[in-house]
Formats: sequence, C-alpha cells, structure tokens
Amino acid sequence: MDCLIELKNLVKYFDAIKAVDDISFNVQRGEVLGFLGPNGAGKSTTMKMATGFLLPTSGTAKIMGYDVTEKPIQARRKMGYLPEGAPAYGDMTPFEFLTFVAEARGLKGNEIERNIKIVTEKTHIGSVLKQQIETLSKGFRRRVGLAQALIHDPDVLILDEPTDGLDPNQKYEVRKLIQEMAKDKAIIISTHILEEVEAVCTRAIIISQGKITADETPDSLKARSERHNAIYVTVKNDSATIARTTFMQFDTVKRVEKCSENESHVEYIIIPKKGFNLLDQVSTIVRERGWAAGELRVEHGHLDDVFRQITSKTLS
Amino acid sequence: MFVVFKRELKSYFATPLAAIFIIIFLVMAGIFTFFLGDFFAWGQADLHAFFMFHPWLYLFFIPAIAMRLWADERKTGTIEILLTLPLTVTQVVMGKFLAAWVFTGCALLLTFPMWISVNILGDPDNGVILTSYIGSFLMAGAFVAIGSCISAISKSQVIAFVISATLCFIFVAIGSPLILNFAGDWMPKFALDTISGFSFHNHFDSLTRGVIDLSDGIFFVSMMALFIFINVALVDLKKAA
Repeated sequence: MDCLIELKNLVKYFDAIKAVDDISFNVQRGEVLGFLGPNGAGKSTTMKMATGFLLPTSGTAKIMGYDVTEKPIQARRKMGYLPEGAPAYGDMTPFEFLTFVAEARGLKGNEIERNIKIVTEKTHIGSVLKQQIETLSKGFRRRVGLAQALIHDPDVLILDEPTDGLDPNQKYEVRKLIQEMAKDKAIIISTHILEEVEAVCTRAIIISQGKITADETPDSLKARSERHNAIYVTVKNDSATIARTTFMQFDTVKRVEKCSENESHVEYIIIPKKGFNLLDQVSTIVRERGWAAGELRVEHGHLDDVFRQITSKTLS
Repeated sequence: MFVVFKRELKSYFATPLAAIFIIIFLVMAGIFTFFLGDFFAWGQADLHAFFMFHPWLYLFFIPAIAMRLWADERKTGTIEILLTLPLTVTQVVMGKFLAAWVFTGCALLLTFPMWISVNILGDPDNGVILTSYIGSFLMAGAFVAIGSCISAISKSQVIAFVISATLCFIFVAIGSPLILNFAGDWMPKFALDTISGFSFHNHFDSLTRGVIDLSDGIFFVSMMALFIFINVALVDLKKAA
C-alpha cells in the first residue's frame, strides 16, 4: 500500500470548542480526496493539522510516513500546501514569490528556473509573472497560490478551496490540472462546490461538526440520494391523471411528483423506494398504453441532496 | 534562514516606506542633536549630543519597523505558507530578526554626515565614536528583538507597535534618575540595582563614553538572545492554540 497521507484520531479544541472531533483517514497515491462540509465544519482546521501548521490537541498526522510534528522538515518537503484564501506576499511579483518558495524549498539554480517555467505554464500565470501580486485579480492570485504549492513537484498536495474565485473556464483548467497530476500523487482538496467532487475526486469525505459523516466514492454517495434511480417521465396531458394513479400503485414507488406541465404534456418524477429500479416497469407500461410524449430519463441522484441530508441531520 | 532574510530585507525596500522611515529617522536624529542636545553649545568635538538621544529615538523607530514582521504575516495568512516551508521556526525568526536589524543598521550608517561634520569642526576621538556606533547598533538589535517578539503575539500592527514601544520605554527608562528616585524610597537597594541593571540607557551610556566594557556588549547580545528565544517559543505556542 502506497499510503501517503495518514491522519489518525485528530482532535482539535479551540478553547472549549471542539473544532475537529476524532478524524482519521488515509489517502493513497493516485487518490484525489474531496473534503466536503458546511462552513465551520472543521475542513480547514483538519487540513492545517495535516500540514503541521496547527498542532492537534491529540492524534497524529503523517505525510509519507513522517509525523508532521516530530519530523516536520522532512514531512513538509514532500508536501505542497495551498492555504485557505491563497495568501501571498502582496509586495512581490509572482516570479519573486515563486523564486522565494523554490529557494526555501531547497531548489538550486537551474532547477528553480525550470520549475518556475513548468508551474507557470501549468497554472497559466505567464502573463502576470512580473506584476505585483496585490494588483492581481482573485483568479490569478489563486493560481499563483497553486503554482507555489506545485513548485517542487510534491508527492502530497493539500489544497484548501483551489477553485474558489475562479471563473468557469479557469475552474475547468484547474480541475484538468488536478486530474493530470492525480495518478502519481495523493491529493486532498476541500471545496463546497459539489460538481467539483464529481468532476475530479475519486473519493469524497463529508464532515459535519468536526466528525466524518460519510467516506465513499462520489458515485456511491449519489446513490444515497432519494432521487437515485428516480425516473423522469413525460406523458400526454389527457392521460396524465391515469398515468399518475397507475405509477402510484406500484409497490416499489415511494412518491410521484409533478415537475412541469404545459398544454400538451406533463412531466413527472417517479421516486422509487430505496434500492429499487423502476425503469423497465415504467418504460413498458408507458409504451403499452401509449402515454408517452417524450423520453424517459433516469436520474443518478444529486450530491446536493445527499450533502444536505447528511449535514443537516447532525445540525438539528 | 538566508532566504527569509533576503525576502524580508527586500520587502522593506519594496515600498517607499523604507525611504520615508530612514529620512524621518535622520531628520529626527538631527533635530534631537542640534536642538535638544545643543550640539553647538556643547562646545566639544564629539557626538555625545547625537548618541545621547538614540535610545529615545529607537523607542519609536524600531517598534515601527518590527511591528509588521509577524503581525502582517498572520493578518494576510502568508504565515501558513511561511511555516509550512521546510524551515525551522528558529531559522524563520532569525531571518526576520536579522533583516530588521540590518535595516536599522542601514539607517544608522546613513548618519555618517554627523561624523564627517564633527571631524571637520574639530578633532574628535574617533575611537569613542566607533564604540558608540557599535553600542548603538547592538542596542538597536535588542530593540528589534523585542519588537519582533511582540509582533508575534498580535494580528494587529498597531497593537504590536504600542506594546513594544511601551516595553522598550520601560527598558530605557528604568535606569533614569526619575524612576530610581521614585523607587528608591521604598525599594531595597539590591532590587534597585537589579532593575537599573536592565536599563538600556545605562548600558548604552557607558559605551558612548568610550568605556569599552564587555559586559555592556554582552548585555545587549543576551537581551537579543532572550527575546529571540521568546519569539520562537511564541510562534510555536500559536501553533498549538
């Protein structure tokens, strides 16, 4: 097992407030872990402890086998970190800033130039390399922060909201970049954009009030959604009522809701009871009775639903 | 350590602030020397009137330089980047301290016209002037160490400035006759001696008289070491907070 990040029983108190409550997980090489949770759930705190910036009240964090509090220098060498808000020295240019980070990370001469060139291309910041960081837009700053985390081509990447403040094109680019790097690194990204998890992550952890409430693949998370395997069906107006009653009579159907309607047809969503698939049944009956006024669509579920379901349970 | 030192020193000169600071320092030094110190009326070719005011000048000048060292990093969040680089806290603290110290050293060096004028006007004892400069530089280092240390406890530069200026004032003033007379009424003599032994003013004063007493030098160096040590401890402590 090529386990690059190991967090074990991390607990963090801020005075009397328990911000992180016994969090443990491992991240293997090749994994992109999406770290999800409502604001204030303890995402950033956990990440700060994983980097060794904050000391845990109890528990340990290891990067490539090095304990971040006992062997901090070795652990930090292997790791790139983009802190929340992508801070950078405003009075420097990205070029100076990257040079500083590269030198502090022990890169020498040619290596520094070469690596700056590589990360500049990867993050598309070439055009602003000589501008003062404080004059840059949010999107550029974020990417300068990302470049800084990548400068030494680390095995472990810990990125706190890497796409926050980026426009859709830039988000796409950054996600593509993360995917490209994924196969030989272990990456943790925190986000509250759920589509991002679907787009880049191989695994998702949801935390709420400092505890892990879900740890699985984005697909299996979606399967937890009530609307997983639900079916959108469009029927002609005149057969709408009969169709609805018929669907309701299936014993595997939980609920039927009207999604939209107009002069000619009505769209329903049929939500199955947990674990049932209605597709065959519904498609057969709709075809046989000639109700169909459009195609059937199967819903795979929404992460948003699951997210809300999981995190609001613990809040109330 | 050198990497941090280089970055910090550069950042002092990245803005016109550095130039403004140094100019103000030089102007104030001049005003103090010529008006308050009555350089001309003193009637002697030495720089006593000039050095006499250094502790009081540093009192404001150095906390203003040192206040940003840590407070700013914490406020902008860059401290997270800095402290997750593969550097030890001691290296970072030392790098920052040295940068601020060298910066004050630059300001001090730029007072050389004083030295030139006094050499034109008369025939001063340049040995005394040299030890005074060294003494002043060492004292500046102790002030920088205090300022940097205090800067590590707050996010706010203003708070860092006020507290370190106050602390510096205490260290300068505890040896002054005013305090000693006041405390002398009720404090035992050994306590009084101990307190005034910590006075920056007294240690500096003997250096400016050309008395090369190693203990004065050692005093300032140990003050630097002490506050650098506390500074490292404070930064470490914040990690656990």
